[in-house]
Amino acid sequence: MGNYAIQMRNQLVGLGGIVERNLYLTKRYILWDVAFMVWTIANTLTVVFIARAAGLPPARENVLATQLLVGAVIWAYLGIIFEFMTETVAWERWEGTIEYTFMAPLSRAVHLSGQGAFAVLYGLIRATILFFAVVAFIGLHIPQANFGAALGLLAVASLSFIGVGMMTSVLPLISPEKGAQLGFVAQGVMLVVSGVYYPVSVMPGWMQWISKISPATYTLRGDRAAIVDGAGMSWADVWPLLVIAVGAIPLGLLIFRAGERYAKKHGKLKRSG
Amino acid sequence: MSTLASPSTGSTPEAARGVPAVEIRDLRKTFRRRDRKGGRFAAKEQWPALEGITFTIERGECVAILGQNGSGKSTLVRLLSTLLINDGGEARIFGHDAFREERAIRRLVNRVSVEASFFKRMSASENLSYAARFYGMTPRQTRTAIPAILEKVGFPAERRGEAMENLSRGMQQKVALARALLTAPVLLLLDEPTTGLDPRSKLEVQDFIRQVRAEHDATILLCTHDMNEAEALADRIGLLDRGRLLFLEPAADVKRRFDVATLEEAFFAATGREFDAETSEDDAYREVFG
Repeated sequence: MGNYAIQMRNQLVGLGGIVERNLYLTKRYILWDVAFMVWTIANTLTVVFIARAAGLPPARENVLATQLLVGAVIWAYLGIIFEFMTETVAWERWEGTIEYTFMAPLSRAVHLSGQGAFAVLYGLIRATILFFAVVAFIGLHIPQANFGAALGLLAVASLSFIGVGMMTSVLPLISPEKGAQLGFVAQGVMLVVSGVYYPVSVMPGWMQWISKISPATYTLRGDRAAIVDGAGMSWADVWPLLVIAVGAIPLGLLIFRAGERYAKKHGKLKRSG
Repeated sequence: MSTLASPSTGSTPEAARGVPAVEIRDLRKTFRRRDRKGGRFAAKEQWPALEGITFTIERGECVAILGQNGSGKSTLVRLLSTLLINDGGEARIFGHDAFREERAIRRLVNRVSVEASFFKRMSASENLSYAARFYGMTPRQTRTAIPAILEKVGFPAERRGEAMENLSRGMQQKVALARALLTAPVLLLLDEPTTGLDPRSKLEVQDFIRQVRAEHDATILLCTHDMNEAEALADRIGLLDRGRLLFLEPAADVKRRFDVATLEEAFFAATGREFDAETSEDDAYREVFG
């Protein structure tokens, strides 16, 4: 095997190591995951019940409840992606393993991609459970739903989300105390401008302009169409997501590398506690 | 010569023979800090953690760097581990520039620090397993290598699946040694590996370090404030004081040079202070940020 092939193989094994580590952690914290799932379902119900209070005819109420549910599920999914990406550094700093991970011969792109891959896997499982739990609880009727298209679009969108997550994951590297919280601020801002529970058209003009560069806008629009109307994956939603991903992932890596260099220069790449 | 474990992926960069294991010339590292009394908006001051450090370690040698808390030992180890960027001078590991050829250095070096540093809810086996993947070791390789290395460090087989948080400090430190050796490093950086251990665990870890030297093709840089440990394990002993390396030579030469019977007395002769004297606020700062 050539040297390049061996290096590629080692990096793939390393990527597997990141996923393996997160699987171990999920196994060890499974009860916490169950509790978190219950909290997420309860939180989503508080949003979806708004449709019941709107006083609409049953068919309109069903559509509104489904639209709200899609928003809440995307919010929860994006929350998982951002949590895993942003806490790439924060968890390791807390557990004290940060120096060992950053001195390992694992490229940063592979390190962050491994974290992103696990986040997508874990997030999709949670989003699916959340969706069907709430559908069953509320008794929503979605006979036309095109789940394949909805999941496919979510998978494409995940690339953009990982790219943006790479940018926010640098925050705990620069600010050990408040960096992780700033990541959640970014998540909130992205969803607000993307029409998480409402059409983008109700926002002021400048927010509508920002919504065009948010991957969540196209994900929410496409997934609502797939679940409510049974639409397939629309190229009008897919191409912006691909363009954003192509820009966001390299930019995220560049920003992370710059942050890592800053942390190494100023002695911030170390454990806390 | 037997190896304790080997990723044997064939991609490990050449630890070139004929060049020193570590070559450091005029290495400097400065941190910036704000004057505590000046409040939040006070200007930051430059704070030197290492000043003009120069020394060489030959392949297979064990060198101990002695120093009190805040002397700059951890800064030195973190610079050689690619976790810090220098402010001046240079450091080479088996001929590779430590600040420009990070990937090559990382395959050659591993480290044991004073804190065991593991995911506490995960078991010893799980912690070693994922860490080995970062060095390219496949599940097939670690299936046999992990039990073997844990047995070698004297870790009980029946506790391999137990969460790290349930293990004693001594047990955790053995797992830390196993993690470092699992990847077959040719340069092992030991930063206070026995600090905080009970006397028995301390002796076990020291015995294991001797065993590594005897059986494994490893160069060791041991940073410690335990003078007896340094004298017992190292070929040469250096004294780092407030960021400056005062000397680096065999223990017998140090004692002869200062005409003293112990390394404590040598420290006093070299610095005018007791070795265990309370550290100053500045030294404490170096310990936290350096």
